[in-house]
Amino acid sequence: MTDSPVAIELKDISKSFGSVQANKNVNLKIYKGTIHGIVGENGAGKSTLMSILYGFYEADHGKIYVNSKETTIKNSTDAINAGIGMVHQHFMLVENFTVLENIILGAESGMMLSHSIANAKNEIRKLEESYGLYVDLNALVQNIPVGQQQRVETIKALYRGAKILILDEPTGVLTPQEADQLFDILRALKEQGTTIVIITHKLREIMRLTDYVSVMRGGEIVTSLKTSQTSKEELAELMVGRKIHLEIDKTPVKPGETLIDVRNLGLTDAQGVKRLDNINFQVKAGEIVGVAGVSGNGQSELLEILSGLSPCSEGKVQISDITITPKRQTDPRAVRNASIAHVPEDRIKRGLIPQFVASETAILGYHNSSAYNGIILTKTEEIRNHCVYLMKNFDVRPNNPDIKSANFSGGNQQKLILAREMEKIPKVLLVGQPTRGVDIGAIEFIHKQIVDIRDKGSAVLLVSGELDELLSLSDRIIVMFDGKIVGQVDASKADERMLGLLMTNSYENKEESQNESSI
Amino acid sequence: MKIWKTGVILAATVAGLLAADFKPAVVFDMGGKFDKSFNEGVYNGVEKFKKETGISYKSFEVTNPTQREQAIKKMAKRGANPILGIGFAQGPAIEKVAGEYPNTKFAIIDMVVNKPNVQSIVFKEQEGSFLVGMLAAMASKTHKVGFIGGMDIPLIRKFECGYAQGAKYADPKVEVIQNMTGSTPSAWNDPSKGGELAKAQFDRGVDVVFAAAGGTGIGVYQAAKDAGKLAIGVDSDQNYLQPGTMLTSMVKRVDVAAYNFYKSVKNGTFKPGIISLGLKENGVDWAYDKYNKNLITDKMKKAVQKAKADIISGKIIVHDYMSNNSCK
Amino acid sequence: MNQASKPLPVWIDIVVIPLINLMLALSVSIVIIYLIGANPFEAIKLMIQGAFGSSEGVGYTLYYATNFIFTGLAVAIAFHSMLFNIGGEGQAYIGGLGVAVVLLAFDHYLPAWMLVPMALMASMVFGAAWAAIPAYLQAYRGSHIVITTIMFNFIAANLMVYLLVNIFIEPGSMTPQSRPFLDNAWLPSMQAIFADIGIKISESPLNLSFIFALIASFFVWIYVWHTRWGYEMRSVGFSEQAASYAGIKTKRVVMITMLISGGLAGLVGINEIMGVQHKLMLDFVAGYGFTGIAVALMGRNHPVGIIMASILFGALFQGGAELAFDMPIISKEMVFVIQGLIILFSGALTYMSRPWIEKLFCVFYQTRNLREI
Repeated sequence: MTDSPVAIELKDISKSFGSVQANKNVNLKIYKGTIHGIVGENGAGKSTLMSILYGFYEADHGKIYVNSKETTIKNSTDAINAGIGMVHQHFMLVENFTVLENIILGAESGMMLSHSIANAKNEIRKLEESYGLYVDLNALVQNIPVGQQQRVETIKALYRGAKILILDEPTGVLTPQEADQLFDILRALKEQGTTIVIITHKLREIMRLTDYVSVMRGGEIVTSLKTSQTSKEELAELMVGRKIHLEIDKTPVKPGETLIDVRNLGLTDAQGVKRLDNINFQVKAGEIVGVAGVSGNGQSELLEILSGLSPCSEGKVQISDITITPKRQTDPRAVRNASIAHVPEDRIKRGLIPQFVASETAILGYHNSSAYNGIILTKTEEIRNHCVYLMKNFDVRPNNPDIKSANFSGGNQQKLILAREMEKIPKVLLVGQPTRGVDIGAIEFIHKQIVDIRDKGSAVLLVSGELDELLSLSDRIIVMFDGKIVGQVDASKADERMLGLLMTNSYENKEESQNESSI
Repeated sequence: MKIWKTGVILAATVAGLLAADFKPAVVFDMGGKFDKSFNEGVYNGVEKFKKETGISYKSFEVTNPTQREQAIKKMAKRGANPILGIGFAQGPAIEKVAGEYPNTKFAIIDMVVNKPNVQSIVFKEQEGSFLVGMLAAMASKTHKVGFIGGMDIPLIRKFECGYAQGAKYADPKVEVIQNMTGSTPSAWNDPSKGGELAKAQFDRGVDVVFAAAGGTGIGVYQAAKDAGKLAIGVDSDQNYLQPGTMLTSMVKRVDVAAYNFYKSVKNGTFKPGIISLGLKENGVDWAYDKYNKNLITDKMKKAVQKAKADIISGKIIVHDYMSNNSCK
Repeated sequence: MNQASKPLPVWIDIVVIPLINLMLALSVSIVIIYLIGANPFEAIKLMIQGAFGSSEGVGYTLYYATNFIFTGLAVAIAFHSMLFNIGGEGQAYIGGLGVAVVLLAFDHYLPAWMLVPMALMASMVFGAAWAAIPAYLQAYRGSHIVITTIMFNFIAANLMVYLLVNIFIEPGSMTPQSRPFLDNAWLPSMQAIFADIGIKISESPLNLSFIFALIASFFVWIYVWHTRWGYEMRSVGFSEQAASYAGIKTKRVVMITMLISGGLAGLVGINEIMGVQHKLMLDFVAGYGFTGIAVALMGRNHPVGIIMASILFGALFQGGAELAFDMPIISKEMVFVIQGLIILFSGALTYMSRPWIEKLFCVFYQTRNLREI
């Protein structure tokens, strides 16, 4: 494709775990001084491939060439010596160490720490200046925002002499503004000759940032392309192996009666911190209201109060037939009986029980229903049949109610949960992060189901960290910052930039948002 | 030649018969044969028998209550004879198995079982305790002597009762202070608590203390040594444990009892019924050896020897606590 | 990568791995027995013969197994709610107290057929009551159940000493134990039951409780896997967050689970007090409560596994006693070592051999697949 020298070449890399083949004869060339994206659905083998490159796993067979030299990488030390650095999806930082201590951790030279600290400071200064990677070296890692923590990870890799930098889903935890800053830094790094490999499932980022892109599916590299010669739609199709509709067809909103009415809602936690402050909004039947916000700004608490999982400390909520006040608490069972369904944010911890077989997960929360119980014994056959029925309706694969919930892919787990919660067409549907960690094919399906249930008259409250998703699904979007609602906008009039600014409470045109909020 | 040969065969046959009939066994109780106390005393006795006669014995250590009967029965079933049981807890098991195996000879120590093939060996602990009580009272300068019992059971009260009688006999003004370590079997093996009790008694003015408490006594003797007071051992001669502060020991010869039981069966002199071993039978005694001879004055020695003779002759009658569950 | 830890079929987990662990423990035992100068194969033969070689041996084995089934079920059912009930010892002890209270109070007045259900109830109620306080403290006050149940073992031990020494002691008795119950308050022995149907077996402590233990196992199986309460219990055990999401009152589930657990442990009192000792006495539990933990671990918290593990442990106790009986060189401490090794390998080191077996299985599986192609 090009004449520039090759930084990394993978030849015939294969890796299997038990009977599962995670990588199959992977061949990949990454050119020096480029940004190379790797896209693919969950389980396509991206992470395994990068783990092999960074020495977490050893390939069953195949060869790795770094700068055209065959290199054996058995552990991360080998990788570092070969000039490969990695920024993990989940940061590997010591929370109660300072930034500086984290950077030099494991790379201290000599006996005297103070000496290496002085040297390190100089070197880090140079890195900061040349790439715009500014961080407060003396701050504790636990006190700096995630965007900064990611910079620390990046500096760590560069400080160890990385000339090839691998980033695994780097924008998952970032606001759009932070992501923009990261991309600027990555471009600066590229200018200075660093090779960058970025793993992501966000096609938008691929299109904006990369020079080349490789698509993985089923453990294999389907194709490698020049980014400028492809499109989002083509990449999506290559990833899934069939045509994908990224745009959602939605009929205009026809709001009915108010089903969620939140007034002056507040929550003060045990430490006396206000987690929710004077929250006011309504959701009507037949409408989807999205909740945007950087994670940790009160969205989760809001969902927990509405679903009866935790009490509030101020205000009043009327949701379906349930009234929630600080004095009058409710519980998930009463909420469910009032035809309120809840797809929790944390699928693995709340939405299902990984050790349960699918048919057991499929009745979680509805297990007391007389449909599944005799006087004493449970009706095993009915429970199985019910699960088979849900699986068929929501295209859950494999279509087997006896498999452990943990052994389904994220998308299929989510589909099973949605099937369970949507089956009875609830009056109110509370949805948290419906497509987090879900493959693109399943996303399409899930989005369609959420719009369907809205069209059937349910009031839907959607909390999501994906701005794309909020923009395309919601009829209205409320934006939360620091426990408060800082904006309510009509989804058709909003865009990512505007939401991003609202989310960080730096939107200048306050007038506009206030106008919107009066809708 | 022929006669000689017949003689040999005959002798061999007799020996074989004897060997077939005489297969001694012992069932140790929970605590095991190395408990530094009661079971170990029996163990020493049967070992002595083994060494002298060359006849080995079968043994078993029970580890839970259900095994007592199981073990004794199994011994009987395998043809062991005689069978020795130890401790009052084995009483019901011996009684039952002895009924099922009327031709097997049994003995039990510290318990009475009324069966025609069982010998019940009990000790007159009150008599030995009487003597060491006298010694304690005579050695005491404060006229206060102490008693520390193990588990609070009638048997130990029997020790205490005899001890108090002896002390009062030697010195009518003496005050006897008594404590029991506990009410469970763990009270037999709690040296730290024994030490605490001893110190508390010393604080109240006691300067001689008698511990009838199994392994708990070790702590009592140590406390006495640390405080420069005198202590009296129990069951076996424990004078050597803390030479210089061990006034004497009340010796209870379970080893002799075990040895004699085997021997009597072997000699054909076995008699069922109760065998009560007191001073007269050498079943109990006070210990006098190189470790304590400096602590025992001639006057003390004479007084005790006289009392011992009087008890044996019946001139002094020491009250048995267990005869009426009272020390009066 | 959730496929990475899945591949073994169930039968390997339930049958092959425990067997391999048992073999490993036996191999180490063989070496140790050899080192102390005895013939290890003779010893193992004696152990097996002692445990299973006669109807008496089998009787003793199953008698021990009865206790282990009760305590093993108690540990297992609590474990399904992620509660580690270390208090089986104390609950069994107090369960025995309940049995004795009922029998001492009514053996003069009531016939056997009324005493048996009353004693059963009493053992379970007393055992459950003893578990209730730690359960309450765990559910509503956040005290860790491991700590509280251990403390309650001590409290039970001391309470029983007090009661036996001061209240239940038979006047004039040397040991702190109650008067023996009258004959009608004795649970029929298996020997008597078999004699009734014309089969002669040797005498052993095995009694009707063994049947109760099998019934209890069946009920536990039904409760845990085939009722909505068992469903809630397992939900709480696997994921408290998901359980509360599902509207399950987790605190109440903790309480109920611990009450059932305590009740099961209390049933040891039926076997020991009503079935074997026929009087209340000190320390009749003799560590069965603690062994129950190992039994539950080895039985994978499943009633069938627990029955099998209980029989194994019963055989170890009985066979071990026989071994100590017939091979004087093997002292009771040596028997403890062998028992300990088996507990170690099948309990603590359960998954030690799993990776190798996984690999082996994968190789086997792949070659088979290749052959099919």
